[in-house]
Amino acid sequence: MTRLPSGGRIDRSAPLKFTFDGREYIGFRGDTLASALLANGVHQVATSIKYGRPRGIMAAGAEDPNALVQLETPFPEPMLSATTVELFDGLVARGLPGQGRLADEPDPARYDAKHVHCDVLVVGAGPAGLSAARDAAREGLRVVLVDDQPEPGGSSLNRAWVARVVGELRSLPEVLVLERTTAFGAYDDGFVLALQKRTDHLGVTDPNVARQRVWRIRAKETVLATGAHERPIVFRDNDRPGIMLAGAARTYLHRHGVLAGSRAVVFTTNDSAYQAAFDLADAGAAIALIVDARPSVPVDLAVAAAEREIEVRAGSVVVGTEGESRISAALVETLGSNDGSRVECDLLLVSGGWNPVVHLFSQARGKLRYAPELGAYVPDGELPTVRVAGAAAGDVPESMALWLVPGGESDSDTRFVDLQRDATVSDVLRAAGAGLRSLEHIKRYTTIGTAHDQGKTSGILAAGITADALGVDLAAQRPTTFRPPYTPVSFAALAGRNRGELHDPVRVTAIHPWHVAHGAEFENVGQWKRPWYYPQPGESMHDAVQRECRAARNGVAMMDGSTLGKIDVQGPDAGAFLDMLYTNMMSNLKPGRIRYGVMCGVDGMVIDDGTVIRVAEDRFVTTTTTGNAAKILEWMEEWLQTEWPHLNVFATSVTEHWATIPLVGPHSRHVLAAVAPGLDVSNDAFGFMTWQDAEVAGIRARVCRISFSGELAYEINVPSWYGLPLWEALISAGADYGITPYGTETMHVLRAEKGYPIIGQETDATVTPQDLGMSWAVSKKKPDFLGKRSFARAENNRPDRKQLVGLLPQDPSVLLPEGAQIIESDHLPEPPVRMLGHVTSSYASAALARTFALALVRSGRERIGETLHVPVGDDVVPVTVTDSVLFDKEGTRRDG
Amino acid sequence: MQLIPCPWCGPREEAEFHYGGQAHVAYPEDPSALSDEDWAKFVFFRENPSGPFAERWTHSAGCRRWFNAVRDTRTHDLLDVYRIDEPRPVIG
Repeated sequence: MTRLPSGGRIDRSAPLKFTFDGREYIGFRGDTLASALLANGVHQVATSIKYGRPRGIMAAGAEDPNALVQLETPFPEPMLSATTVELFDGLVARGLPGQGRLADEPDPARYDAKHVHCDVLVVGAGPAGLSAARDAAREGLRVVLVDDQPEPGGSSLNRAWVARVVGELRSLPEVLVLERTTAFGAYDDGFVLALQKRTDHLGVTDPNVARQRVWRIRAKETVLATGAHERPIVFRDNDRPGIMLAGAARTYLHRHGVLAGSRAVVFTTNDSAYQAAFDLADAGAAIALIVDARPSVPVDLAVAAAEREIEVRAGSVVVGTEGESRISAALVETLGSNDGSRVECDLLLVSGGWNPVVHLFSQARGKLRYAPELGAYVPDGELPTVRVAGAAAGDVPESMALWLVPGGESDSDTRFVDLQRDATVSDVLRAAGAGLRSLEHIKRYTTIGTAHDQGKTSGILAAGITADALGVDLAAQRPTTFRPPYTPVSFAALAGRNRGELHDPVRVTAIHPWHVAHGAEFENVGQWKRPWYYPQPGESMHDAVQRECRAARNGVAMMDGSTLGKIDVQGPDAGAFLDMLYTNMMSNLKPGRIRYGVMCGVDGMVIDDGTVIRVAEDRFVTTTTTGNAAKILEWMEEWLQTEWPHLNVFATSVTEHWATIPLVGPHSRHVLAAVAPGLDVSNDAFGFMTWQDAEVAGIRARVCRISFSGELAYEINVPSWYGLPLWEALISAGADYGITPYGTETMHVLRAEKGYPIIGQETDATVTPQDLGMSWAVSKKKPDFLGKRSFARAENNRPDRKQLVGLLPQDPSVLLPEGAQIIESDHLPEPPVRMLGHVTSSYASAALARTFALALVRSGRERIGETLHVPVGDDVVPVTVTDSVLFDKEGTRRDG
Repeated sequence: MQLIPCPWCGPREEAEFHYGGQAHVAYPEDPSALSDEDWAKFVFFRENPSGPFAERWTHSAGCRRWFNAVRDTRTHDLLDVYRIDEPRPVIG
């Protein structure tokens, strides 16, 4: 019987059924899976990752290196520590040999995040943390207290005091006490992340309650009262189930009413383990022997042990153990002799001293120093806004520093330093023997400290053993850096609500419902959903795009161009401003007219293009590439604020204010005339690159005569609210002409046939307007504009720059892959192969009745007429270099 | 997550800001008067000191104003922030 009839913080009136490794057991509310297993006499939880050795429960908290489990209900979750899983009714789990399996089903649980700001954040609700929180709260400060346990109090046995302080804290409106909440990362400027497990202990998944919550805490001051972890000692066969940290056995006794064994040996280097021995003895366990590595034992402890008739052997060590799935005996020797004796036991309690939990302090860039009297790293000085209190500050029992019991060498070393990684003393010595000195290197060589527990118990042991092996002072060695997270955090918790459709904002146009209703396939363009093509029943993408292209070239077609970036540029200096931004002149544009423009960076490389319409003397509306709208607005603001604050100009995004519908094709004039009876649509009255305000389908509209296809085309802009009615009016007015909606794919084909580049597809920040064949859009008159000076750089005038050209595969049915490389020879030579450029766009053209491509090719314009080659898989495809304009080079179609 | 003290809004999380490179690199008065080398220095060359560095930031998810800051590149501590039209302050 390992569960005591009374005592502990468990609720014996609430029995919980659970299953571990296929066997059913009973525990109680308040148990962890580890304590419930111990209560049922189960010590072995898993086998080790490399050697398959039985492993058990070594600690009672997050520092445990061994007891990894996989939960199967309510949702499969691997790599949990049995010591931190709260028991619930119906829990099903199994032990893991160091590796888990991710669920192959979607996680139904909700995760979320909350922001909180406070004066004082206290991490840890043990006595030190509770005191700090109470003191701050009494000053009227806003306090957040987080603690990873189900209830505050830490290791305190004075529950009345704990209840009083917690009651006081909870009564204050400015105090937030969070249980089951682990502060896992400390960052700059008082920023701390903490993970709250809100429903894990209930064992149910309620999709309306966040299972776990990431608290994003910004604190003016942080108090770290994170306590200390007990340190193991390395000796031969130190990994058997039943070998446990002394303080952990005490925790299981006092918190869970569990006696972890019936006959225990205690092996210690300090005073603290005596209390564990006495508490277990008082609870009914036999303490076979206390083995104290120190040469002498403090008198008061010797007396207390004698009162309980517990034998104490000073100057002695445990050199090894026996047992299979659980320890059966400890082998004890006097230090420096071979007087081995065998002591039977089912529990070996170990205490090598205490390590202050300095993880968060170190993460917050606090410096650590080695304290030889403790055998541990402690905070070295303070941080401006981070204070450390209690055991975490170094207020822990002094201890003899004993990392490794001498002796025990063998070919198959079983002196484990990192139990989870199955890394032994030999591994550390091998690393040191290989010439590694830095602890960071030894860590990487041996993998010690890289498991789920991040070396909470093994780190200092590896450091100490390394220092001894190298004959250096541990104080002179730099400890490995502590990095977040302190304990594992699931990606689901970090993602929170930002998944599925909330992963990224989805932007849709005013006409979107029509596209959905008419079966459009969509393409993501930035955050926008754009119709890609509109397949009719049974139609392939190729067929649909060919049909849409034919409609635009031969009849009339329309698309939703609302996503086009639009920036309203106003002010008396707007013209002068745009003259500096665009390569061509904008200030001499007359109201009512439109000009195409190119923008470059100061390096002369194209960053965007679009049209500029002049609305009035002091007002322009510019358009940008859909994906560049935000970037170009920032670009304008940057120059206005940083270089030209004297210019009186305001730039405002109006992208979402307008719905934009290009109406394209020879019959577009008839369709527009039908819906805009008041508008003279004749070429004389409404010429190319002009705009007019007019009533279209009864809606106030701005109609621009621009074309991205080479066809007669009108771009009709209306306030977004009227986008859908306008679209429907055009569909119905164009029915007699077979009006055809088209998507981005057809738009791309049509513009590529005309050699119009797409910024970001034909260009990649190394392409000038001249490379694109757009010298006509670069002003010679303006004294300066962004990029102008760079055009005169020698690099930008090299004759072998890559230039935009067309490519016609000699087999008109071969479609080149975009991104394919272009070479000179008709076979693939031995590497290195000289690349002449690459294919930027490639389509099947209905108008040309063949495939074609655009490409950037070295000295491309000089090569027009040449045959080059494109390796595609195992083939080398011959292509003819052409002008980039492949359709209607004379521009005969734009006026209808 | 560092706090950046926007001169207009006060301390805000760094995710609200965009970085703008070295400060006080003025666009040349007359680029056409510069040699290729001097123009290239303006376009491509920036300081990369270990220590205090005057640089530009924009509060793009806030007030959208550009400002200057002096940051210690060794610690990322922002030693000072100032308006775009102010001279670089003397630190320490």
